[in-house]
Amino acid sequence: MSNLSLHGLMALVISRDLTLAMRRRSDVLTTLIFFVMVVSLFPLAVGSEIEMLRKMAPGVVWVAALLASMLSLGRMFSADYLDGTLEQMLLVPQSLSMLVLSKIIAHWMLSGLPLVLIAPVLGLQFDMAGDALLIMVVALLLGTPVLSMVGAIGAALTLGLRGGGVLVSLLVLPLCIPVLIFGTGAVAAITDGMSAAANLSLLGAFLLMSLLFTPWVAAQALRISME
Amino acid sequence: MLEVTNLACTRGEHQLFAGINFVLRAGELLQVQGANGSGKTTLLRTLCGFIQPLAGDIRWKGQSIRVLDEEYFADIAYLGHLNAIKDELNALENLRITCALAGNSVSDSVAIAALRRLGLRGRETFPVKVLSQGQRRRVALARLLISKAPLWILDEPLAALDVSAVVLMQDVIGEHLANQGMVIFTTHQSLDVAGVEPRRLQLS
Amino acid sequence: MAINWFKYSAPSTFYVLAGKLIPWFAWPAAILFFVGMYIGFFVAPTDAVQSEAYRIIFIHVPASILSMIIYLVMAGYAALGLVFNTRLSSMMATALAPTGALFAFISLWTGALWGKPMWGAWWVWDARLTSELILLFLYLGFIALQASIEDPRRADRAGALLAIVGSVNVPIIYFSVQWWNTLHQGSTIKLSGTSMHIAMQQAMFTMLAAMWLYVITVALMRVRSIILERERNTQWVADLAEVKQ
Repeated sequence: MSNLSLHGLMALVISRDLTLAMRRRSDVLTTLIFFVMVVSLFPLAVGSEIEMLRKMAPGVVWVAALLASMLSLGRMFSADYLDGTLEQMLLVPQSLSMLVLSKIIAHWMLSGLPLVLIAPVLGLQFDMAGDALLIMVVALLLGTPVLSMVGAIGAALTLGLRGGGVLVSLLVLPLCIPVLIFGTGAVAAITDGMSAAANLSLLGAFLLMSLLFTPWVAAQALRISME
Repeated sequence: MLEVTNLACTRGEHQLFAGINFVLRAGELLQVQGANGSGKTTLLRTLCGFIQPLAGDIRWKGQSIRVLDEEYFADIAYLGHLNAIKDELNALENLRITCALAGNSVSDSVAIAALRRLGLRGRETFPVKVLSQGQRRRVALARLLISKAPLWILDEPLAALDVSAVVLMQDVIGEHLANQGMVIFTTHQSLDVAGVEPRRLQLS
Repeated sequence: MAINWFKYSAPSTFYVLAGKLIPWFAWPAAILFFVGMYIGFFVAPTDAVQSEAYRIIFIHVPASILSMIIYLVMAGYAALGLVFNTRLSSMMATALAPTGALFAFISLWTGALWGKPMWGAWWVWDARLTSELILLFLYLGFIALQASIEDPRRADRAGALLAIVGSVNVPIIYFSVQWWNTLHQGSTIKLSGTSMHIAMQQAMFTMLAAMWLYVITVALMRVRSIILERERNTQWVADLAEVKQ
């Protein structure tokens, strides 16, 4: 009989994925550099008028975060799919949903969390105020895990398909629009002198809902794709 | 005991096989035979529960594997075409992680012993990417030495192996069968386990 | 009397049945379309505020309504196919998707044509137009996913999962776009609503019925070709009169 506890499984999968990423640091760095570059392109494209930049900042950061997380989705399952380790994971004598959740958590720690951490620096480039910066970080902290979770479904569905990278964006981006709206809305509210509480609690609600459903859906998607 | 009744599978639009029936008991060895494209891999993957069969039933210890789900997974060890090892990790790390995922947390010494038996002495901590194809296969096979699963499902276990490794695998499979294990495998090479006559299943 | 519904869920039976049903939907669709157009253009009075330009709603509104309904119906069929493993339901979902996308596109296009005389802009970020645009993206995602999967069974099942996730998301998206719209003071398309003339309502409902029948007709036609494509190796297809020729 299996002696693998749920905690044991999650800790094992997360530490495995983090170890793998540390052995290949460039993947994590590329996503981060992409994020920084996209954000820095905007002032070059629209001009450096500080008032406009301040207004645009949350939107620019969120769109760049959305694109960067799409870019990293390919890594979530495809490497494991290609070398056969994903097959072995489907045979783990424990809940597949929990295994998928662990992979999502590891993926977020590698692709979402670095963006959240560097976002304030980019916000300063756009002359954002202190309270706006804080709210933006909180909103990103609540929102980026949702991107990873919804993205996991898309990544699982497009596993092993030709052109999977572009396809996954096509599937996932429309589903991420609510996160984008409330994520930027939170910062806009605080800049307009209102409370960001409503936006943030909605983001929190999305996070909880995604936690409840997406690991299971992504697990089903994996089973479908691995047939 | 593994019972398969009236199993049928399709791939895309055409039928690969239908009406597959067999019963595998403790200590038995089953070789699945057939030409390329006859559905050997599909059959093995169906037995693992990856593929839902079009028709038929797979029962383990009297219960459908769909119902058993995770319980069944604890009882099987599957070796596919792919070695399921990560290039970024060394042989020891690979072995320990795959075994832990299968529910067997093993100490370094047990894992090293398994790797050494498969002829990887001195290469335990080499990154897998510098190993040859045959050596990688050996890392994958080392998993079987540690596995406690009674049912082994092996897809071309001898691929890329040299003569000495083939002999070794025959011993390993023989020991597993002697311990009341069961093995289902496909191969294009000959695999002779001393004292055991394999049953054969021909796919056309 | 119990009807054996499962008999009709076999693709071979349904292929024949659908062939017989098509004219019964196609002709009423065509007739109602011309009736609706006639009422819309010649009977319905000119609107006090929007003059003649408003008449595009006779196409715009039914197309918008249907594009949303079709998505839900499609997701429903897909879910049936996923849960009960009925191939015909999955084929219906696949058959509905292009029509749904077409209606979403028509809705956007007519919305733009209507927007130009109304606000002097082809596109305004109105909540409903934006939701419609996202709906179009969802359709395109579904179609693209199914198109890139070779194995029909995987395509059915993967598409179904995506459609279900999408349909759960549609209300959330709609709600969030609405919120975003009020926040950003966008303009909203508003009809005179209660004061709508009776002939306008008649034209609208006739057009809705016509388009609905059109959707059924086209879905049946498309599902027939999907059945043929998927079952091309079977005996019953080889025995069909139209195949033998």
